[in-house]
Amino acid sequence: MAVVSLVEVQDLGCERGGRRIFRNLTFAVASGQTLSLEGPNGAGKTSVLRILSGLLPQLEGDVRVHMSAGYVVSDAEERGRLAGWIGHHDGVKGQLSVIENAQFFAALYGARMSVPSVLDRVGLSRIADLPSQYLSAGQRRRLGLARLILSDRPLWLLDEPLSSLDAAGRRLTAELIGEHCDDGGIAIVATHETLGLDATRHFLGTA
Amino acid sequence: MSAFRALLFRDMKLAFRAGGGATLAAAFFALIATLVPFGVGAEQLLLGRIAGGVLWVSAALAALLSLDRLFQADFEDGSLDVLTLSPLSLELASGAKIIAHWLTTGLPLVLLSPVLGLLLNLPVPGYFPLFVSLLIGTPALSAVGAIGAALTLSIRRGGLILALIVLPLLTPTLIFGAGAVMGALDGTGQGAFLFLAAFSIAAVALSPFAAAASVRLNIAG
Repeated sequence: MAVVSLVEVQDLGCERGGRRIFRNLTFAVASGQTLSLEGPNGAGKTSVLRILSGLLPQLEGDVRVHMSAGYVVSDAEERGRLAGWIGHHDGVKGQLSVIENAQFFAALYGARMSVPSVLDRVGLSRIADLPSQYLSAGQRRRLGLARLILSDRPLWLLDEPLSSLDAAGRRLTAELIGEHCDDGGIAIVATHETLGLDATRHFLGTA
Repeated sequence: MSAFRALLFRDMKLAFRAGGGATLAAAFFALIATLVPFGVGAEQLLLGRIAGGVLWVSAALAALLSLDRLFQADFEDGSLDVLTLSPLSLELASGAKIIAHWLTTGLPLVLLSPVLGLLLNLPVPGYFPLFVSLLIGTPALSAVGAIGAALTLSIRRGGLILALIVLPLLTPTLIFGAGAVMGALDGTGQGAFLFLAAFSIAAVALSPFAAAASVRLNIAG
């Protein structure tokens, strides 16, 4: 895993459908830290994460990712290669079994970890052969967490990772984020809920 | 390269599972070809004369049938975000999806075509040209179709718009594909084969870039 020492966001602005969502967004997150992005519906939490991952182009401002090797990544596509992603949808194919989905993620991201052990970690090993269309929303989210682990990326961008998860699932997510940050990773989490771990909070107002 | 292979195999697996388009396209192809004699009459000479063209048009329509979900399904369930952030470039990902689409819909059509040629009373010297022209030309159907599929991936009922975009672009494939069969029957030479191959190679080589660019536009939209 390439190591990121600092993510710096400066004067970021975003427009969606011709409507201004936010402007002058500035924050920085250092290695080992978790940032919790909070704000009302429509404040732009998802847009911030999509911009950080390079999926959405920014209207104005800069995103700079400082690598511990000394160089700075400012290209959006290159930034995407550093990002571990949890979005609204988990990218799970209903026609494939749980383990087939996980194996695909592992091969796609070139993971060196063993897939069964990751499924065990997220609590899906007992239903590894179940077609994913029968998964509950929470179980799908757990499969998304498995993908996050397998992707082995330094910069985690998580959009409402706790949604549909049960109490154990929430604890697991907090644990995973904690371990990731202990390993020198960075997590930026958009959420309405308390994560149950040490996080800097950043509020997005409505513009 | 293993990421490329993983995506290729995943898409092929999906095509053969419930809701996939693999068998559907082949069945559709067979149905249209079977219906034509009912429409134009069972006069054997006429049927044999138009068999090549009928099968080529049927193949183009059958290939279109499963194209609208090529990128749309991945867009709706979040897979496209996952693919975009993966180490695999979108160009290679599009290439893998095009190859998977051809292997699961184009190739079955090619293999099925001699049987349908028999059904349409295709003259004996036409079988080999029909088979070869479909083998050379159907990759172009998947490749050009993928550009349309990528352009319309965020549109509901995009399949109709997809057909409007893609069918005119497939005109050269149809002209040279059907022309290759006709040329063999009339003994007018094999020029159509060369044009068909040239168009197919150009389409397969260029379309992953066009499709990837369209996917990027749609994701950023």
